Amino acid sequence: MPGAFEGETVTRRRFMNLTAQGAGLVAVATFTLPALGFALAPVFHQSPYQWQPIGPPSDFPETTYQTKVIVLVPGIGEAGKSIAYVRSRNPAIDTEPEDKYNKWVALSSRCMHLGCPVRYVVAAQRFICPCHGGVYDFRGMVAGGPPVRPLDRFYTRLNESTGQVELGPRYSVNSELARFAPRDPGQPLDGIGQYLYPSRFSTASKPTG
Amino acid sequence: MPKLPAPPLPKVLQPRPKRPGERNGDASAPIEAGITVVDWLDERTSLSPGIRWLLFRKVPRGINWAYTLGSATLFAFLSQAVTGVFLAMYYRPDPSGGAYESVRYLTDDVFLGGFVRGMHKWGASVMIILIFLHMGRVFFYGAYKYPRELTWIIGVTLLILTLAMGFTGYLLPFDQRSYWATIVGVNINGTGPLIGPFLSDFLRAGPEFGANTLSRFYAIHMMLIPGLIIALIGAHLYLVTKLGISAPPWLKVDHEPDVVPREEV
Repeated sequence: MPGAFEGETVTRRRFMNLTAQGAGLVAVATFTLPALGFALAPVFHQSPYQWQPIGPPSDFPETTYQTKVIVLVPGIGEAGKSIAYVRSRNPAIDTEPEDKYNKWVALSSRCMHLGCPVRYVVAAQRFICPCHGGVYDFRGMVAGGPPVRPLDRFYTRLNESTGQVELGPRYSVNSELARFAPRDPGQPLDGIGQYLYPSRFSTASKPTG
Repeated sequence: MPKLPAPPLPKVLQPRPKRPGERNGDASAPIEAGITVVDWLDERTSLSPGIRWLLFRKVPRGINWAYTLGSATLFAFLSQAVTGVFLAMYYRPDPSGGAYESVRYLTDDVFLGGFVRGMHKWGASVMIILIFLHMGRVFFYGAYKYPRELTWIIGVTLLILTLAMGFTGYLLPFDQRSYWATIVGVNINGTGPLIGPFLSDFLRAGPEFGANTLSRFYAIHMMLIPGLIIALIGAHLYLVTKLGISAPPWLKVDHEPDVVPREEV
């Protein structure tokens, strides 16, 4: 059906339909798009971190780990706390290059299989995961079981004014202990892994200060 | 092709003819009142043909108890919905201790709380078992074949949504088991390449299990997925009614149905 007048390509009825449906679409988008963005926002929002004091340098020997309760998410009580295993760097066994952030080795207790909490067993000098039998050696490297990469670490530094060792943001490591932005458990970082599991917008990649 | 007769109303639902000498205002008045109310509604909604279409339909010969598994799953869902609504009256999705305490309170101190929560908790497992048995029945009877493919696809979507209900609901008691099971579940989800890490961030509302994870799971568990499930159950039931129930695969057609009567000359 041609237009009402000579040369019209859209009939009045069709124009009316398109206008009404377009207005409806705009009205629906007005509440769905903000709601969707609202729900997706945490994926793109970078979570803040804080340097938290975990004790004076004399607390941390080179030969064994100290267990420190740390706060990963403030404000939600026990559910936001975790455990870090901390010792002084020992140049004889810690072969990764030294810088100002790893004078103390702070390992996350999060198993790199699926995220259960590992426990340091002093007699075996191993970290053992209760869930599926993951085992890590003294440096946190995988010694057996299903974990796909060594235990995550935290940046550490000495706060000169308070004399306290401070623990910063988390970072992940591959089997050569090269640093990567934090990844979730179960995501390998060797070879193609670092590209299959890209770093996220929600984590700080490097500490400042 | 002759028109098939409408399915008959069962005896109890057919209007009773008046007895001689029966008038309004005698002993049958309450019955008349009931009929009047139904008539009033039906005149305005025309619902009765739809209800008759849904409930009084022909089923093939040879159907058995396995054909009730879909209805059983629906009943399990209704039980979950009702108990869930009432659990929500006491539950507080507060990760700093309030969630666990509210579940403890409603289980231990609220009248029949342990019973209602038990219905919801065990009913969840019952629903999962029933939905898998129903799926098995449909699969082994070949009931997913033409023209019922779309019913099958919607059913599989319902299965996935039911599993998602199980996953999100597992966190809500917020005890050690809930917490660590959710950590593990979200991390399994994160092992999907490329989008897995971002999907995990979406589920947790951040890079770590945080302040909004519990409320997010709660909203998904009691708003988002139930709405989807109800809508899809509606579509599933419509298709089941429209297409009819499939005959058991072992049932043989012994003669061509006499839709067109044969005439001997």
